[in-house]
Amino acid sequence: MVAIVDYGVGNLFSLRSSLAAVGTETVVTGDKDLIRQADKVILPGVGAFADAAALLRDTGLGQLVCDLAAEGKPLLGICLGMQLLFEESLEYGRHPGLGLIPGTVAPIRDVIPPSYKVPHIGWNALHFPKNKPVHPLFRHIQEGDCVYFVHSFYGANCEDSVIATAEYGPELTAAVARGNVMGVQFHPEKSGPVGLAILRAFCEEKEAETC
Amino acid sequence: MITKRIIPCLDVKDGRVVKGVNFLGLSDVSSPVKLAKFYSDCGADELVFYDITASAEGRALFTDILTEVASTIFIPLTVGGGINSVEDFDRVLKCGADKVSVNSGAIRDPSLIARAAQKYGDQCVVLSVDAKRVDGQFRLFAKGGREDTGLDAIEWIRRGVASGAGEIVLNSIDTDGVKQGFDLEMLSAVCDAVDVPVIASGGAGSIDHFKTLFHTLPKVDAGLAASIFHFGEVSIPDLKKQLAADGITMRL
Repeated sequence: MVAIVDYGVGNLFSLRSSLAAVGTETVVTGDKDLIRQADKVILPGVGAFADAAALLRDTGLGQLVCDLAAEGKPLLGICLGMQLLFEESLEYGRHPGLGLIPGTVAPIRDVIPPSYKVPHIGWNALHFPKNKPVHPLFRHIQEGDCVYFVHSFYGANCEDSVIATAEYGPELTAAVARGNVMGVQFHPEKSGPVGLAILRAFCEEKEAETC
Repeated sequence: MITKRIIPCLDVKDGRVVKGVNFLGLSDVSSPVKLAKFYSDCGADELVFYDITASAEGRALFTDILTEVASTIFIPLTVGGGINSVEDFDRVLKCGADKVSVNSGAIRDPSLIARAAQKYGDQCVVLSVDAKRVDGQFRLFAKGGREDTGLDAIEWIRRGVASGAGEIVLNSIDTDGVKQGFDLEMLSAVCDAVDVPVIASGGAGSIDHFKTLFHTLPKVDAGLAASIFHFGEVSIPDLKKQLAADGITMRL
């Protein structure tokens, strides 16, 4: 069973439906015992970093996610959920994240050409770093497959953890992983068959051994 | 590099997909759920559902259909029609919509754009604009293109983006249903006025019209059409393949 951590931000309808579509039993919950019982955990998120980080702190769910990650439970952050895995964010100030992925969440405006629009919104192709084996999360898809992005901030200073990028001027962090902790900047639940294939890879039993 | 998007639009009335020509004379086409699945399978990059129902019963039917669509297909969904309040945003977002398009509701109460953007983020608010040439001006029309507001459409779009609209859908009433190509002149004026994504709507009749659109106006992000897709005059896989072969970045 996969637990989708419900800490009060965003709409989890599509995420739950997409996991059902790949045949995964899911529970959308903020109940700590239920989350502990799950085989794998997904940390979703939309909206502002500071608000989400405060909710994770106040509910104690952030600490739980960190504990489970330390125990080796597979964890996948999606969109803002990925950004929350980082050490800190520079979105409207300076806010600490969960610190599971070394790096900083920074505005894309600082690194993209002036003519490029913010947010980075739409379908963009995934590129895998040449110096690393393709991450198991992407075992069912191919280099160049497109996924759907909506974001104005990105994971910076995290080269060691980057497992996929997307070109928007420079190559921006599209996915990160550090052992059992994984994160995707894009929305797999809105990325058609490619997105479903990524979710399936995360949810499969096999994944726990290979990631 | 980000791809150009091809977006079929499904006008839904009482649970069925319809499409008017110049917004008049509706004809029944197909089941929204089946059509949505079909388009998703053949590579549509996004879907727009436009609820043209007037009755409360029809509206409830629409949200049921939306829920069903959002449970079966996993690409971005935009919903419009009858969006007059933040509560209306809430109603369709809960059913699985990703973006909400406002038109007449924002003309009646322009503060709706800012209030919705504050609550759900700019990326969630799409400003849909029906415009037509009147006295040498691009004039903003309301109520599905039936009512001349007297307002300048470009100025209205500029204000909408300043208030938080994250995307513009421009429907040219002059070219809609005529199938002679998109309204490049009007679109160009909009692209020059704002720096959020612009979606071209109204006038597509052939694959060449999309080629001309993206080559002439590189700032346009997406092309939207209805009947040419619904009636199979243009197939989305063919369209995307030909655009890609022509040097336009597409998701294939």
